[in-house]
Amino acid sequence: MSSGKRPLVVCLLLLMVLPGTWPSAILAGSLEKQTHELAAELRCPVCQNLSVADSPSEMAIQMREIIIEKLKNGESPEQVRGYFVSRYGEWILLAPTRRGFNWLAWLLPFVAILGGAGIIVLTIRRAIKRGHGPNADASRPLDPRYASRLEAELKESER
Amino acid sequence: MATWKKLSLLLSIIPLLLLLAYGFKTNPREVPSPLVGRQAPPFALSMFDGSSKSLEALRGKPVVLNFWASWCFPACYEEAPHLEAAWQIYRDQGVTVIGVDIQDRDTDAKAFIERHKLSFPNGPDLQGKITIDYGVYGVPETFFIRKDGTIHYKHVGALDAKLLKAKIEEML
Repeated sequence: MSSGKRPLVVCLLLLMVLPGTWPSAILAGSLEKQTHELAAELRCPVCQNLSVADSPSEMAIQMREIIIEKLKNGESPEQVRGYFVSRYGEWILLAPTRRGFNWLAWLLPFVAILGGAGIIVLTIRRAIKRGHGPNADASRPLDPRYASRLEAELKESER
Repeated sequence: MATWKKLSLLLSIIPLLLLLAYGFKTNPREVPSPLVGRQAPPFALSMFDGSSKSLEALRGKPVVLNFWASWCFPACYEEAPHLEAAWQIYRDQGVTVIGVDIQDRDTDAKAFIERHKLSFPNGPDLQGKITIDYGVYGVPETFFIRKDGTIHYKHVGALDAKLLKAKIEEML
């Protein structure tokens, strides 16, 4: 082959090879990403508060392999998630689904925050109304017992 | 504090207390199986003795499917003699006991079988597919599968003779 034709052949070869490799590379990337995302949503059954994505346990490894296999077989992430829920129940999901009784887990923290904020605002308002600010008691009349004693002591000190 | 204020405070505390009571009453380690009452997931398992068993082939017979491991001490060691005894008593009535060894070393598993003189079929779940298919989250766990292939009962932890007998009798 002459040196002049070599770049052309290389270009042709690249054009033949690249379209075949790019989609598979993209697919592999997305499969890995999807697997990790799904595994991160699942609780590792044999660990304390670790996701299947984070756990080094044998069971988590096996679960990740099942996720990959199911995704490769054309199952959607929803179907894969559904498979694990059908085997372990909703316990397997690290975040409870927004359904029925589970709404409590999602809403209670916000209710608690809003309630707490409301109580703080009310307490502050009430304190301002009652005049709990600085020198708030200055306008109040003194207890006559203390007033007479103070007067006597002041006179004493002036001598 | 006004009466209505006390009442509203009490009313807001009651649901929280009820929620806490519910939380304290439930066992955080207990994971109720959604499989109970449903068709048992099909499986085919190659046994340590070279034979193979499939759930499909056992249709029409009650099956006791036990998940174990040699490193599961003491629970798996405590229940093994009871499983062997149940197999000896009920095998003539068509009951099959199958042991599924999970996350184990081949030599350790075989030593366990030898130690307890287990004669019922035992095989390793090498890829963990059966284990995950059955929603197993620890060992030992045992599934009692009815003749029609539905799961009758799931037991977590070591089995005793009384429970084994009761559950098998319920399936016969």
